[in-house]
Amino acid sequence: MTTAVSTLEIRNLHVSVETEEGPRQILRGVDLTVRKGETHAIMGPNGSGKSTLSYSIAGHPKYTVTEGSITLDGEDVLAMSVDARARAGIFLAMQYPVEIPGVSVSNFLRSSATAVRGEAPKLRTWVKEVKAAMAGLEMDPAFAERGVNEGFSGGEKKRHEILQMALLKPKIAVLDETDSGLDVDALRIVSAGIEAVRAQGETGILLITHYTRILRYIKPEFVHVMAGGRIVDEGGPELAAVLEDSGYDRYVKGGAAAAPAEAGAVS
Amino acid sequence: MAVIDATGRPPAASGAVPRPVRSRDPLDHEVPTGREEAWRFTPLRRLRGLLTGPDADGKVSVTVDAPVGVAVEQLDAGDARIGRVLVPADRVAAFAMARSGGATAVTVPAEASLTEPVTVRLHGEGGVAYGHLIVEVGPFASATVVLDHTGSATYASDVEVHVGHGASLTFVTLQDWDADAVHLGAHAYSVGRDATLRSFTVTLGGELVRLNPTVDYRGPGGDAELNGVFFTDAGQHQEHRLLVTHEPRSCRSRVTYKGALRGQSAHAVWIGDVLIGAEAVDTDTYELNRNLVLTDGARADSVPNLEILTGEVVGAGHASATGRFDDEALFYLQSRGIPPEEARRLVVHGFFAEVIDRIDVPELRERIMTSVSARLGELPA
Repeated sequence: MTTAVSTLEIRNLHVSVETEEGPRQILRGVDLTVRKGETHAIMGPNGSGKSTLSYSIAGHPKYTVTEGSITLDGEDVLAMSVDARARAGIFLAMQYPVEIPGVSVSNFLRSSATAVRGEAPKLRTWVKEVKAAMAGLEMDPAFAERGVNEGFSGGEKKRHEILQMALLKPKIAVLDETDSGLDVDALRIVSAGIEAVRAQGETGILLITHYTRILRYIKPEFVHVMAGGRIVDEGGPELAAVLEDSGYDRYVKGGAAAAPAEAGAVS
Repeated sequence: MAVIDATGRPPAASGAVPRPVRSRDPLDHEVPTGREEAWRFTPLRRLRGLLTGPDADGKVSVTVDAPVGVAVEQLDAGDARIGRVLVPADRVAAFAMARSGGATAVTVPAEASLTEPVTVRLHGEGGVAYGHLIVEVGPFASATVVLDHTGSATYASDVEVHVGHGASLTFVTLQDWDADAVHLGAHAYSVGRDATLRSFTVTLGGELVRLNPTVDYRGPGGDAELNGVFFTDAGQHQEHRLLVTHEPRSCRSRVTYKGALRGQSAHAVWIGDVLIGAEAVDTDTYELNRNLVLTDGARADSVPNLEILTGEVVGAGHASATGRFDDEALFYLQSRGIPPEEARRLVVHGFFAEVIDRIDVPELRERIMTSVSARLGELPA
């Protein structure tokens, strides 16, 4: 049940995180629009706020939105619970997927598909569907009987994330450093899995990455550079090529902690 | 978690495992005051007088379903087969032996290989009752025996289990009592040479349940797995005090107890004593207790205790942890569209599945999980 246009709109988003020293402002006014079928890359140095942005979209309780809005097809995402966001069509592939001991992958996938689709998938077609999706990611069928993320290698965790994306068919998928911790083979397999979802044209993809190497496999139409909690530069694929050569230095003058004023001056 | 290496020295932190008086005469056992190590967690006032051995004015009926070939007998009080595995270590166990008027004995003959479980149904019909059950598995036999406690009772029971040499026994004891039951039980297991015991103690019901499983080995090569699951609800006291004594060489023990607690004054106690004697070289033991505290107001006490008199062991360790829901796990499940209540149910199921999935009696597995689910249905957000 995909609506004609699926659009995620982020406006003037300010987000703080609770720390031992009190709340700390991380995002300082992010504007971003992702439409169905588009692929956006968000790049930036460590600490620029990339992961905060992804968790804020998914609704992690650690992060507090202090200003601004996120809407999906005009619906207020910030008013939704975490599970309601997922059912509305938002998916977050986590950078560090957590273990759920004793809950099998097959049970987990079926529970989430049932929740997101609003009804339990028919068993016979479901088994086929899962098998096909797993085969596409070169996953052994025995994988389905393991506990969720229990003892998974880095590559297995990320393949499992992309498997979920393929089965849940979200309107908007946020991939938080899905490329991190992958060797060349795993990166190729995971990228092919992302490409397969993208090729269906039903999902808007927000690819968050520190490195440019995944962009050799997945070509985004839009590249955004994040620094100091804002988007400080935007362009097409050519911007990624520039970053590949020169890194983030020009966005973070004077050290790792970019002052927003400086960062803003670049764009 | 503590693990010792094979340097030959026991760890300094290792406490002395208590050596209680062992006698069949109740009067040889002092009346506990509540300050004793063995009784300090138990609310003595809620034992309904079982410490003083009140007359039986009630009944726990015993029904045994056994496959052909299994002998089921009623033994007289003077029968020599009583007390061969269990010598009572406290007054209640001694009263249970003295006042049961004999014992029900289930015997699996040597080399029998049972394909169906033996089920012993113990149903409380109210009032004070004493019970004594003996299970003997002959050499090289294999069997599954299930004890199923239901109904209401104030019940003191002794259970003696002997696994003959080379035999293999899966033993399940399910405490699925009504909410007002009080049950104190001494469960003594003896494991023969090269024998395997895989036991599951599942405590769900009852107002107060206090079980003392003990394991002794009768020869080298014995292997004992003591698994436990408990769900302690508001007002319930569930106590499992284990003692594994390694005296012969080359035996193995694994203790895995998992509990969930919920509600005001839910109290779970797990004591894991392991004693490795001076002759018990080549011992391999590990014990683990994990508790999941689901709400405020519940309390879990968890005390592993290892005493090691030889350093020449394969392994000796323990781990104990009591915690709340992992918020990141719940976020992960919810971020996949799963509502919070179902996410918590999945996590608790997963937590117990590690133990329950290994019970090879499907209808029992289902009954336990259904009971757990029913309790989780009312879990507050």
